[in-house]
Amino acid sequence: MNLLGDMELAKIIVVTSGKGGVGKTTSSAAIGTGIALKGHKTVIIDFDVGLRNLDLIMGCERRVVYDFVNVINKEATLSQTLIKDKRTKNLFILPASQTRDKDALTIEGVQEVLEELSKEFDYIICDSPAGIEKGAQMALYFADAAIVVTNPEVSSVRDSDRILGILQSKSKRAEDGKAPIEEHLLLTRYHPGRVASGEMLSVSDVEDILAIPLLGVIPESEAVLKASNQGTPVILDTESEAGLAYMDAVDRLMGEERPLRFLEIQKKGFIKRLLGG
Amino acid sequence: MGIFDYFKSKSAPSSASVAKDRLQIIVAHERSKRHQPDYLPQMQQEIIDVIRKYVNIGSEDVQIQLDNTDDCSVLELNVTLPEQN
Repeated sequence: MNLLGDMELAKIIVVTSGKGGVGKTTSSAAIGTGIALKGHKTVIIDFDVGLRNLDLIMGCERRVVYDFVNVINKEATLSQTLIKDKRTKNLFILPASQTRDKDALTIEGVQEVLEELSKEFDYIICDSPAGIEKGAQMALYFADAAIVVTNPEVSSVRDSDRILGILQSKSKRAEDGKAPIEEHLLLTRYHPGRVASGEMLSVSDVEDILAIPLLGVIPESEAVLKASNQGTPVILDTESEAGLAYMDAVDRLMGEERPLRFLEIQKKGFIKRLLGG
Repeated sequence: MGIFDYFKSKSAPSSASVAKDRLQIIVAHERSKRHQPDYLPQMQQEIIDVIRKYVNIGSEDVQIQLDNTDDCSVLELNVTLPEQN
């Protein structure tokens, strides 16, 4: 795959948000799976030390033997620790540790693991913990690109702006004076009906405030909970709007043009719209 | 635009537009503070303490702002003194 061999390094993408519960892990699982489906060797790393959840969303919780911290502490090798996804080719998961030791991850340790993964993988997806503390900063420090997961809701938008500030000042790229981290806005839990009735911030409202390029809009969908119940990334549910919207986002991430969809309210709203409701 | 929009415009703005306005203000405010040096809050407090030795002012009577232009930074200090009786 890599004609240049080890010279070509993996692209490191952090999925972050500041606020919790906006869909970071759901998005990491979906986007990581989508990239792997496109034939790129991909690993998703769970950075949420103490609150491991990516394994559940990916449906591999019973196959976790070793974890990220074991690798950093040299208690296990990467190949012993990486979990190969059973459904999707080219896809691997590196689970977080359940230790309560907040300092289990070190910059040097993370760097070493990323460098080793970089030799073998095309894409490394870092699923960030919530917050703006050390754990979140560790997840974004080595990133080349960031997907900022945001809900159309005041606290989420504000926290996304704070995390953008951190991406621009506390990342390795910022410290080394290199090209800044590519920023992508992923708007999740979007409800076109509520936007139309003026109860929810619209895509363009959020774009105006955060002023970063839009990667995709994922509509609020029952398929997301159903997928997490079953431990399947929602992107594999090609019947669902959320799954298709994630696939569009992955296509855009790979540089393809995809029009936005699922932003209109259902047809039954036509009369209502005519009357300005 | 529906015919009911005419009536709607007279009532309160939608909650989404209130949200947008509030966010724009707070985000602009927080962005302006983002590039402040860490010592600024403490310096502000010490300046207030010095002025208080001579004049009775509250901490909200002192506005400190640091503006960065291309190659120089301007520290703007704005003190509102109480009316003299």
